[in-house]
Amino acid sequence: MALSHLAASASRSSSLLKPLSSALSLRRSISGDNSPLTVETSVPFTSHQCEAPSRSVETNPKELLTFFRDMALMRRMEIAADSLYKAKLIRGFCHLYDGQEAVAVGMEAAITKKDCIITAYRDHCTFVSRGGTLLEVFAELMGRQAGCSKGKGGSMHFYKKDSNFYGGHGIVGAQVPLGCGLAFAQKYSKDETVTFALYGDGAANQGQLFEALNISALWDLPAILVCENNHYGMGTAEWRAAKSPAYYKRGDYVPGLKVDGMDALAVKQACKFAKEHALKNGPIILEMDTYRYHGHSMSDPGSTYRTRDEISGVRQERDPIERIRKLILSHDLATEKELKDVEKEVRKEVDDAIAQAKESPMPEPSELFTNVYAKGLGVESFGADRKEVRATLP
Amino acid sequence: MAATFHGVGATVAALSSSSSSSSSSSSPSNSFGSKILLSSPSRSFSVRKRASFTMVRSEGSMNFDLNFKGRRAQQLIANAVATKADSSPASSSSKPGHELLLFEALREGLEEEMERDPRVCVMGEDVGHYGGSYKVTKGLATKFGDLRVLDTPIAENSFTGMGIGAAMTGLRPVVEGMNMGFLLLAFNQISNNCGMLHYTSGGQFTIPIVIRGPGGVGRQLGAEHSQRLESYFQSIPGIQMVACSTPYNAKGLMKAAIRSENPVILFEHVLLYNLKERIPDEDYICNLEEAEMVRPGEHVTILTYSRMRYHVMQAAKTLVNKGYDPEVIDIRSLKPFDLYTIGNSVKKTHRVLIVEECMRTGGIGASLIAAITENFNDYLDAPIMCLSSQDVPTPYAGTLEEWTVVQPAQIVAAVEQLCQ
Repeated sequence: MALSHLAASASRSSSLLKPLSSALSLRRSISGDNSPLTVETSVPFTSHQCEAPSRSVETNPKELLTFFRDMALMRRMEIAADSLYKAKLIRGFCHLYDGQEAVAVGMEAAITKKDCIITAYRDHCTFVSRGGTLLEVFAELMGRQAGCSKGKGGSMHFYKKDSNFYGGHGIVGAQVPLGCGLAFAQKYSKDETVTFALYGDGAANQGQLFEALNISALWDLPAILVCENNHYGMGTAEWRAAKSPAYYKRGDYVPGLKVDGMDALAVKQACKFAKEHALKNGPIILEMDTYRYHGHSMSDPGSTYRTRDEISGVRQERDPIERIRKLILSHDLATEKELKDVEKEVRKEVDDAIAQAKESPMPEPSELFTNVYAKGLGVESFGADRKEVRATLP
Repeated sequence: MAATFHGVGATVAALSSSSSSSSSSSSPSNSFGSKILLSSPSRSFSVRKRASFTMVRSEGSMNFDLNFKGRRAQQLIANAVATKADSSPASSSSKPGHELLLFEALREGLEEEMERDPRVCVMGEDVGHYGGSYKVTKGLATKFGDLRVLDTPIAENSFTGMGIGAAMTGLRPVVEGMNMGFLLLAFNQISNNCGMLHYTSGGQFTIPIVIRGPGGVGRQLGAEHSQRLESYFQSIPGIQMVACSTPYNAKGLMKAAIRSENPVILFEHVLLYNLKERIPDEDYICNLEEAEMVRPGEHVTILTYSRMRYHVMQAAKTLVNKGYDPEVIDIRSLKPFDLYTIGNSVKKTHRVLIVEECMRTGGIGASLIAAITENFNDYLDAPIMCLSSQDVPTPYAGTLEEWTVVQPAQIVAAVEQLCQ
């Protein structure tokens, strides 16, 4: 068992030291094992009104390999969605998450499926990390029956009730009061679970966010507001939209933590810390410093408001998958070839899912009218002229 | 079930003994299946009768007594709202059921549902410790605690959103807007999240939320506090809207709304909170999608809801004295319309008059005209008439405010014109 401390440099170009025991380390199988490993996050946490958690993150080879695989899957999925959109199989809005995978993956590692996550429209990867299948993703994007919302929601409306993923919302900021409502329900049922309400730096200026934060702080709700700060609200840079872009401080009386959102382990540590904090002390804000490679959506090239150098710079220095890859390689948890095999496998998985999704049929015309109302009190509406009116005490 | 009507301009309905056969059905809906109005033609139309009666439906027999309180000089037409009933001999303890005011009926319904289902909670401004600005939630906070009756800060957008989020997990919140007009701030949450989540999630989530509050034109409350939001909410797909008008249907609709899996907006009216009525002791609900037959008739169908019901009933007395026989239906369900009941009525009378408090443009009446014309055009002998409020912000001055809403005299004139 090689326990190695990795002291990453504070600068953005992280050059990892080779462990001393590399010559003696045994070659592990690709699936890894649970032997503990401690890794330091890329940068220390900055905190507001609370004690920052430590930089050392407990992990193990299995987890790291899972991170790698999951993030590679998400990356591949988003790139595939890009091609499908350009092939006009996906229409409307398509907001891609590539670059930000570490947030989804790290968060999931810190919590259980009983904790709730709610996010905005950039939800494909969060849905997958909550247990959604690729088939459901692609079928929903293409509007087919096999989609997670039966083809009626689209890219911005992915939901998975059984793993407490509450979507998937198109209106900026509207999901934050919903998230606080989820936290309220959790407190009401005394579940000892928390809610992560994700929003972007653009939504951080919405009034309803502060309203909901006020109520959550007043009522001590286990709500964790996570600002996925990718520095651009569609085409507007954060410094042009917010007088105070220190989003983790915007909660004022609510504690906050700033996290390197490209480091999955830092995200995991922060979410663990936040969950403990929220269950004891009420709401907390996490700011994930992350970046998206694509534009805001498929109709945005993403290069009119930022330079290509910036994008490629971040991709070279801070890419979340590369970071985990380097970590795995330096700890000798797998070889280069094995990781490449994982990526190939993942690519095939995505291609298969797309092929399967393409075979799924479009929804039936009658589906237009289903799920408008839940069937209740013995009445179902058939358009304007209902044929039956029954009242039964349920 | 028993119902007693007290109130200015209330129904004067007497029961004919021959209609006892209709009472054998046990459905708690439509309480006036086959009542015939008796009126003594000797009284002049300027007399307002006060009548009270009791029907006991479930046993299949009916008792009724009429108490005519004697003559009263005609008062201001605008005052077609219940004043507090003086202790009349009609409210004797020998009758089944119990008497209460409309806001108490709402509270009773809410309280019963909160007892029955621990997932029901109430949130709104001043609903807890203060007891509710219209006393609908009085006493509930001490009974159920702060976690079930929640005082929110003044943040409609977010607490409506929170209610919807809680509903997604299975709680059944009742969100109170202190005045319906304030819910405009929560329109995004109501429209996008409340109405559409069941659909866009492919049926995964139901939103069993009830959003309620008083609206309508009150007593010189000013433009912003006299809004009728039915017209704004009516095209949101996925929500149901109901409007209560009597203590009986207020309690019934409140309970049904809480039990419904769909989001329901319950419209109350500021001026109707003090209506008094005798309601049954036993558990009952009113069907959310059903209209109420207030007064069966032959000549013309008058469709109305909420406060205008009382203006219509006052006009009905005048009309009866003039020899007309209006059929009055309180549509109650504003979305979806109970086109079944309405259709049957249209097929009988062939003339329709809609009396509403909504604005003329894009109001409930406008949608109702479209729906009736689409479905029952062949049965109409005359174009549908719709009396609505004027398309103006409600003025403060009392005389002007009177004229923004429909008055009984206008209703009488409209019926006369329709029945030419």
